[in-house]
Amino acid sequence: MMFDLYGFGPALVAGTLMTIKLALCALALGLVLGLLGALAKTSPYPPLRWIGNVYSTLVRGIPELLWVLLIYFGSVNLMRALGEALGMNLELGPFAAGVIALGICFGAYATEVFRGAILAIPKGHREAGMALGLSRGRILWRLVLPQMWRVALPGLGNLFMIMMKDTALVSVIGLEEIMRRSQIAVTSSKEPFTFYLVAALIYLSLTSVAMVGLYFLEKRASRGIRRA
Amino acid sequence: MNWEIIIKWLPRLLEGAVLTLELLAIAVIAGLILALPMGIARASRNLYIRALPYGYIFFFRGTPLLVQLFLIYYGLAQFEAVRKSALWPYLRDPYWCAAITMTLHTAAYIAEILRGAIQAVPAGEVEAARSLGMSRAQSLVHIILPRAARIGLPAYSNEVILMLKASALASTITLLDLTGMARTIIARTYMPVEIFFAAGMIYLVITFVLVGVFRLIEKWLRVDATYNSR
Repeated sequence: MMFDLYGFGPALVAGTLMTIKLALCALALGLVLGLLGALAKTSPYPPLRWIGNVYSTLVRGIPELLWVLLIYFGSVNLMRALGEALGMNLELGPFAAGVIALGICFGAYATEVFRGAILAIPKGHREAGMALGLSRGRILWRLVLPQMWRVALPGLGNLFMIMMKDTALVSVIGLEEIMRRSQIAVTSSKEPFTFYLVAALIYLSLTSVAMVGLYFLEKRASRGIRRA
Repeated sequence: MNWEIIIKWLPRLLEGAVLTLELLAIAVIAGLILALPMGIARASRNLYIRALPYGYIFFFRGTPLLVQLFLIYYGLAQFEAVRKSALWPYLRDPYWCAAITMTLHTAAYIAEILRGAIQAVPAGEVEAARSLGMSRAQSLVHIILPRAARIGLPAYSNEVILMLKASALASTITLLDLTGMARTIIARTYMPVEIFFAAGMIYLVITFVLVGVFRLIEKWLRVDATYNSR
């Protein structure tokens, strides 16, 4: 072993698992939001386009850390009011707040990626679907979405990598992921450099694994596509 | 929404915004200077020169800024040699730690932007410069870099906006930047929604102003002309 971890190894592993869980949950939420945002932005109805624009501009112009803090601390009153109405004791924990905040931020950037991908699909494909008598929903589901993934994948991969690093921000509201666990280890071991360096190496290996995974996903998504 | 609270605390928030802008300015200017040699080295045809800045860029782009910030602010104090060095008065000051970390962090990203821009300079123009008898260094200074600056400017302006948002992390090492100030005010007033909303709007305004400024610079440098001439 390169580093003396003072018995904090298992805690760091648990933190890593928490980080992965957080990133994947936020990814799921972000993909849904991004897709909805892109559909709103490419919609023929001006009010929907307006909502899509406001969402992506507003979220992209405000720091991720501020979103994490706003959703965690700002939701307290809202959840209390909602809990009283439902007769339950509602509370947004750090994990849920982190997933929502990171998901919202990922979704805003994904909106632009998806929008570009949707626009990259030749108009003729859509018209072919209409000529075949497919409904709008079916055109979207069977024609646009399957072709869109290939174009959107590199952009989404970049965003996922950025988001994985942003998971560190959720330690600020006390979620026990890699950073928080390292902070706890630092408090008792008094070796900040060692533990933050270990944390950095964990993040490096996570992003490296994601990079390799993305390479294979892209390879699979573009099978059957001739490269110029 | 309680507007009185927002108006009452707006001056303090703007105070924080000034610190945010200071950190941002130091980071993106010093980062650009630091990134210049790295970006040129990364675009080199020599494998060893190209590989040199790679490790630096890999580390700073692959780890969260928060980790880097903690490594420098809390981590360096672990070493006796650092605590005894002449730089210690700076390295124990959260302001300089935030400025140094943000600079090192953004330099890695800017170096990659520069590399992409240098490699996007049309080969014919570089050949033209060489055939006019310019040395490698001359063609770099007079032809490649001015051209790469125009190609890379839109990406650089994106990086500046990203750093504006990243500067919010300075609040985690006790600095009273816009986010830090907002958190302090909330600890006193317990009005998270109002104050965070106000802080968010200030960030938005700064973003819009920066986007506008870069658009002016692009016009002034005639960035569009570089694309039309192809």
